[in-house]
Amino acid sequence: MKAKFLIPLILFVVLIGFLAVGLNRDPHEVPSPLINKLAPAFNLPQLADSQKMFSPQSMRGQVWVLNVWASWCVACREEHPVLVEMGKLQIAPIIGLDYKDQRDDALTMLSSQGNPYLLSAFDADGRVGINYGVYGVPETYVIDKEGIIRFKHIGPLTMDLLNQRIFPLLSQLKKS
Amino acid sequence: MKHFLLMLSAFCIFANGSGVAQAKDAAPLADDPVTEQRLITISEEMRCLVCQNESLAGSRSDLANDLRREIRTLIKEGKSDEQIRNFMVERYGDFVLYRPPVKPITWLLWLGPFLILLLGIAGLLIYLKRRNQAVSTEALSDDQNRRIDELLKESTHD
Repeated sequence: MKAKFLIPLILFVVLIGFLAVGLNRDPHEVPSPLINKLAPAFNLPQLADSQKMFSPQSMRGQVWVLNVWASWCVACREEHPVLVEMGKLQIAPIIGLDYKDQRDDALTMLSSQGNPYLLSAFDADGRVGINYGVYGVPETYVIDKEGIIRFKHIGPLTMDLLNQRIFPLLSQLKKS
Repeated sequence: MKHFLLMLSAFCIFANGSGVAQAKDAAPLADDPVTEQRLITISEEMRCLVCQNESLAGSRSDLANDLRREIRTLIKEGKSDEQIRNFMVERYGDFVLYRPPVKPITWLLWLGPFLILLLGIAGLLIYLKRRNQAVSTEALSDDQNRRIDELLKESTHD
């Protein structure tokens, strides 16, 4: 009979459990519907030279990383040293997508903080960003040899994330 | 007085500052009100991803502006509401929709409340049945019956 009085307590604990899990989840981590889908095609002028174009088509056969960034984005500046470090390791080419930025500002940032990118595409009106489902820069995509998005990270990259998730994934994708 | 003036001037600076920050160009409206009405109907049903507690129609974030621009373009291209919703879902997932679609992964979400309701009703029925059985069905004695009659008469005379 005593167990009956424990029922409300158990229900309460279950409720608290649900709330605790809910509160500790980051609402900005929205699962991307683009994972395991073909990376959307685009053709954009490059940041350094507006006469030259870049299209993800040209990266077929390579495992590469697409990093969406902007000079106005504070989190991107935080992330930048990590990218520079990653660029030095030369594990995979990093392509930048300079999202809704001013050319001069972006170039200044790269020359002062280092340029980890093989090249950056210049997305002036943010349309390519929309096609990639970008809603908060920085965002990072890992794209395989067939041009399929295998991984997406929203927010600044960290060395831990690179070592634990991205580097193993890159080497695995390179082998396949 | 001095404090008051200080606060007043601080307030003016603040008000002025925020005024400047908000004085942006108005987002371009579509030429025809029909497009604009459709845009509002569609985007009110969508979540702004930057400020997640606002609808796409109500948000003033840059991304929301851009997305409204995209939706306007799609409307002008003659796309149906369904196609426009698909455009958004393909990019941002079901999360953009305020009304999640009914599919295996959302069955619990849609049917869960009814399940809990059924459980509640079942529990209530069981409880009532048990309580009915617990109530004593002992017959009253003649004395008690007489007393009831008296009490009832008394109340009708009043």
